[in-house]
Amino acid sequence: MKTENQKAWFFVLPVLLLVAFNALVPIMTVVNYSVQETFGNNVFFWQGLDWFEQILRSDRFQAALGRQFLFTFLILIIEIPLGIIIALSMPKKGMWVPVCLVLMALPMLIPWNVVGAMWNIFTLPKIGLLGYFMNDVLGVNYDMTQDPLAAWITIIVMDVWHWTSLVVLLSYAGLVSIPDAYYQAAKIDGASPWKVFRYIQLPKMKTVLTIAILLRFMDSFNIYTEPFVLTGGGPGNSTTLLSIDLVKIALGQFDLGPAAAMSLIYFAITLLVSWLFYTLMTKDDAK
Amino acid sequence: MRKRSLIPILYIAFLMLPIYWLVAMSFKTTNEILSGFSLFPQTFTLDNYKVIFTDPSWYWGYINSIIYVSLNTVISVAVALPAAYAFSRYRFLGDKQLFFWLLTNRMAPAAVFALPFFQLYSSVGLFDTHIAVALAHCLFNIPLAVWILEGFMGGVPKELDETAYVDGYSFPHFFVVIFLPTIKAGVGVAAFFCFMFSWVELLLAKTLTAVQAKPIAAEMTKTASSAGYELGLLAAAGTLTIIPGAIVIYFVRNYIAKGFALGRV
Repeated sequence: MKTENQKAWFFVLPVLLLVAFNALVPIMTVVNYSVQETFGNNVFFWQGLDWFEQILRSDRFQAALGRQFLFTFLILIIEIPLGIIIALSMPKKGMWVPVCLVLMALPMLIPWNVVGAMWNIFTLPKIGLLGYFMNDVLGVNYDMTQDPLAAWITIIVMDVWHWTSLVVLLSYAGLVSIPDAYYQAAKIDGASPWKVFRYIQLPKMKTVLTIAILLRFMDSFNIYTEPFVLTGGGPGNSTTLLSIDLVKIALGQFDLGPAAAMSLIYFAITLLVSWLFYTLMTKDDAK
Repeated sequence: MRKRSLIPILYIAFLMLPIYWLVAMSFKTTNEILSGFSLFPQTFTLDNYKVIFTDPSWYWGYINSIIYVSLNTVISVAVALPAAYAFSRYRFLGDKQLFFWLLTNRMAPAAVFALPFFQLYSSVGLFDTHIAVALAHCLFNIPLAVWILEGFMGGVPKELDETAYVDGYSFPHFFVVIFLPTIKAGVGVAAFFCFMFSWVELLLAKTLTAVQAKPIAAEMTKTASSAGYELGLLAAAGTLTIIPGAIVIYFVRNYIAKGFALGRV
């Protein structure tokens, strides 16, 4: 058991100070802006909760939020099962394991705007490999700068390309921790592959899958750079996700009040949904 | 070869295609890129790379990125080590709440922090310095490092600490000489993830820098904006940003899969 020791606070103090400097001051700045109106020259007027009401009611915010939820939902239902399937079909040991892991981890280490630029080059009609293949070999009319559906499919495929490996690595880590004896017992009982998956592999992967789903939720919900570089939120506003819209309002139009109110609503939604996921996925453990 | 090994092979092929295309394009001349489709570079050229290695504004981008990423990794791991030790060994007032609060910072959308960070770091006079970016990235890297290290430390039996104290080791001596070597895999994994998230993040890095500490990924926007006729240069710069990551993965290849698996949720 852990021992009670209040002096442990001294060990935590540096972390607390550094994170608080980065988290509390900016959050207070945002809260400050969110309740005021300014006409420049550092003159501020008390605005109350008007910005919050205005943002929550605006069609623009609701549309961006809807797109954001759709995007995150699609990402989760594609990447999580796909990641599990790939992890299940990987060899347990041997010389190919490190090769697979290194190659799979590679997309995660590419700067996010390079990912966007890379997919831009990849999908250009006439010039890009995918663009050429779709238009000139398959004869499908594919141009994501014109067609919203093509733009959506492209950002989804890009994210699958970018982050499925995280789910694979985590699931794989859970799988290799299962002792061989479990599989031998299942074999003696004559369990089908599905039963092995359902009653041995899935329960053993539960912890890592919880982490995978939480991380994928947070990161896909907060995504900014990759779709911004790839589509710029277009065509029209069809791929303007929440972060892209927020940056447009805050740095583009410099509407600090509404942008700050939107930031707080955005952060609150992220926290709430993360907490819901976390509670739902760990509630069995408490029993 | 069994049939199901086809799945990872197809997946890896899918991962490699866009990367191949980026690398292939970096060896093409601008003329060739614009004149139409070619699977391999027809006139192989190193000109794009020559531009990057001879223009200081280009290669300083790399140096800047490497400086702030290294600073961030060192700071994050150094302050996370004692904190993770405290979380894994002791109960203290507010420990659970503090741990959860740290993790909530991992959930904050970077876009929310862009503007306030700019104002905060300008007001303390750190705007456009490497240390500003390194400190800003601590926001999401410290919680992650604490989380990973706490998981690894939790796997070390408490008897190790107690035996060392009985043998007369002081705490700092024990921590550096005995404890650190037993969790060196954890330190490697934590450093890897800090490096990774600091290297790939751009929104904050770009917001906090102008000239002196501008990261390479931000330098690249100058080719993208000029209507796309410097695609070869863009591809070469992009290719070079993949290399540091690839080197780092190679060193931790046996540990990456374990990284999060040992952390507690």
